[in-house]
Amino acid sequence: MAIMIDKNTRLITIGITGKQGTFHTKGSQDYGTNVVGGVTPGKGGTIHEGWPVFNTVREAVKTTQANAAMVFVPPPFAADAILECIDAKLPIIICITEGIPILDMVKVKGALARSPECRLVGPNCPGVITPGQCKIGIMPGHIHLAGRIGIISRSGTLTYEAVGQLTARGIGQSTCVGIGGDPVNGTSFIDVLEMFNKDPDTDAVIMIGEIGGTAETDAARWIKKNMKKPVVGFIAGAAAPKGKRMGHAGALISGEDDTAEAKFKVLEECGITIARSPADLGLKLEEAIKHLKK
Amino acid sequence: MNVHEYQAKELMRKFGIKVLNGQVAKTVEEAVAGAEKLGGKIWVVKAQIHAGGRGKAGGVKLAKSLDEVKKYASEILHSTLVTHQTGPEGKKVNTLLIEEGCNIAKEFYLGIVLDRNNSKVTFMASKEGGVEIEEVVHNNPEAIVKVSVDPSTGYQPYIGRTLSNALGLDAAQAKEADAFYRGLYKLYTETDCSIAEINPLVLTGDNQMIALDAKLNFDENALFRHPEVAAYRDLTEESAKEVEASKYGLSYIELDGNIGCLVNGAGLAMSTLDIIQLHGGNAANFLDVGGGATKEAVEQAFRIILSDPNVKAILVNIFGGIMKCDIIAEGVIAAAKAVSLSVPLVVRLEGTNVELGKKILNESGLAITAASDLGDAAKKVVAAAKGA
Repeated sequence: MAIMIDKNTRLITIGITGKQGTFHTKGSQDYGTNVVGGVTPGKGGTIHEGWPVFNTVREAVKTTQANAAMVFVPPPFAADAILECIDAKLPIIICITEGIPILDMVKVKGALARSPECRLVGPNCPGVITPGQCKIGIMPGHIHLAGRIGIISRSGTLTYEAVGQLTARGIGQSTCVGIGGDPVNGTSFIDVLEMFNKDPDTDAVIMIGEIGGTAETDAARWIKKNMKKPVVGFIAGAAAPKGKRMGHAGALISGEDDTAEAKFKVLEECGITIARSPADLGLKLEEAIKHLKK
Repeated sequence: MNVHEYQAKELMRKFGIKVLNGQVAKTVEEAVAGAEKLGGKIWVVKAQIHAGGRGKAGGVKLAKSLDEVKKYASEILHSTLVTHQTGPEGKKVNTLLIEEGCNIAKEFYLGIVLDRNNSKVTFMASKEGGVEIEEVVHNNPEAIVKVSVDPSTGYQPYIGRTLSNALGLDAAQAKEADAFYRGLYKLYTETDCSIAEINPLVLTGDNQMIALDAKLNFDENALFRHPEVAAYRDLTEESAKEVEASKYGLSYIELDGNIGCLVNGAGLAMSTLDIIQLHGGNAANFLDVGGGATKEAVEQAFRIILSDPNVKAILVNIFGGIMKCDIIAEGVIAAAKAVSLSVPLVVRLEGTNVELGKKILNESGLAITAASDLGDAAKKVVAAAKGA
C-alpha cells in the first residue's frame, strides 16, 4: 500500500516538453511509473516522446484520468502551475522546482487550505518514491529497495544518503518523501508522519531535518503524543556557524531555540532515537526495529 | 538580499511611510554639504553598512554643529565597524547618511516577516522599540503582538486597530500609524520583502510618527520581477568569494577550519560539516555544487576552495542522483591537474554510475584517497588534515 503514490498512480508532468521535465519524466517512466501525458501551454495536441501533450491541466486530467502531477515549471511560473493543478483537483501535486518566490507560495498555501482534496509536496524537493511501484521526482531510483521503512526529509541528497545506508543493510523502504527545504511548503513532517502512522506497510520512520524554524520540534511533539511506530531522527547543521544562516525570520518569530543542539534535545525528549552522525542513520534504524523482528 | 538604510528609506517614502529628510554622502565634503542643505541645528551622521548594532559600535553620532558633522563624518567614513552582526572582521563604511535631528518622545518596534508556522505574512509590534527585537523575543515575548494577514483578504483595518491598541496609541496617533501599517504591508508584498522592519518607529515631541531606522531584506528568488530593487545590490557588502562562486552556480560559505569541502546538495553539504566536526576536524567552507554541476563548475569549486590558505585537505562528497559519478570524477581529475593540487584529497562517491566514477579516479594516477562511505570519508580527511 505505502503512502501517496503506488502502482495505481497515473502521472502527468507539468512542463513536460522542457529539458528537465523530459529527462525526469523519462526517468520516472523507466522506473515503472505510469506516465499518461503532460502539459505545456501552446503545445497541446502534439505528442512528445510518446506522451500526449495538453494545453491545460484540466484537459489533461479529463482525457487521461491522471491522479498525480509532477511540476517542472521554471520558478517565475511555478506557483501558477501549482494553482492550476489545484483547480483541476489533482489529489497529489509534487513540485520539484527550486527558487519559487516565497510570497507566491504564501498564496498557494492559502489556496491549499481551501482545497483539502489536494496535497502538494514541495516545492524545492526531490519528489516521492514508493520503491518497486512508482517514482515521481529526480532521485536515483536504483539505490532504493522495496520494504517497510518510511523516510521524510527536508533535503534531497541527504535522503539518498539515508536510503543508501538502509539498502546497504538490506532494509527496504515503503515510501520516501522529500518535503523540500523552502520556508513555505505544501506538506509538513507531521502530515507525512500521520500517513506513515496509519500505513500498514510501514514499520518505522527516519525523519531528517535541519536547523532553523520549528518544523522538526513540532513534529517531535506530535510523535510523542501520537506515533505508534519507532522514529529515528537527524538534524543537519550542528557545525553551521551562527549568524551565517538564512531563515532567521522564522526563528525570530517563534522565539524558540532552533539550533541543531536544541532540536536534537527536543527529539530525544520526545522518545525519538537520534543519530548524532549522518553516517549512523541506517545503524540506528536497524537498532530501533530489532524488537519488531520475530 | 540586504539593502542600506538610505535605500530602504527611499523605498519607504515611495510607499507613503514618513521618514526624516536625509542626504547620502560618500566623502566628508559631501556630508557637510548635505547637512547644510538639510538645514537645522542638529544632524545625525549614520554609517551605512549591511548590519545592525551600528549605534553601539560608534557608527551613529549626533552632531550639534557643521564642525561636528565634519568631525564625525571623517571618523566614521572608511572606518571598520564591528557589531554583533558583522563578525569579528567587521564591515568597512563606504557611505554615510546625514539626517536631520528629531525629538523623540516614544520608541516602538514595527516589523513584518513571514511566520513559518502558519505560512502567512505577519506583523510584529512592540512598545519596546529601539532595542534588538531578538532580545525582546527571548526576554519578554509577551511584549510583542503578532497579527497574521490572510493572503486572500490582504491588509484589513482591524489589523491596524489591533496593533495600535497593543502599542497604546490614542485615536489621533492610531490614525497616523495606520499609514505606516498599510504602507509597510504594501511595500512588503509589492516588492517581495523577506523582512521589513522599522526599529524604532518613533512618536515625536509634537505627536508625529516617523520611521527613524529602516531595515529591508528581499527574497532573492523574486528579484527578477523587481529590477529597481535588484539595482540596490551592493557587492562590496558581500564576500567576494561567495559572489564569485555564485557566478558558477556554486553556493559557497567561507568558514574558519582547514578542511575544504565539495558536496552536492545543501543538506548533505551541511551534514558533511557536521560529521567532520564529530571526527574532531573543522571544515574550511560549505560548498554545494548543486544538482547539475558541469566539469567547469567543479574546477572552479576547487579553485575557490584552494584560494583559502588554511585548507590542508579536501573532501569531495558526492551522492549522485542527477549528477553522475563519472562526470564528477572527470571534473575532479581535470581540476586537480589544472590547479596542480598539493593537499591530500579524499573522495567519496555514491549513486549513479559509481563504479565508472571510481574506475576513472583509480586510473588517473593522482594521489586520491578513496572513501567507502560517509563515516570513512570524514575519518580519512580529518587524519589527512592533521598529518599535513
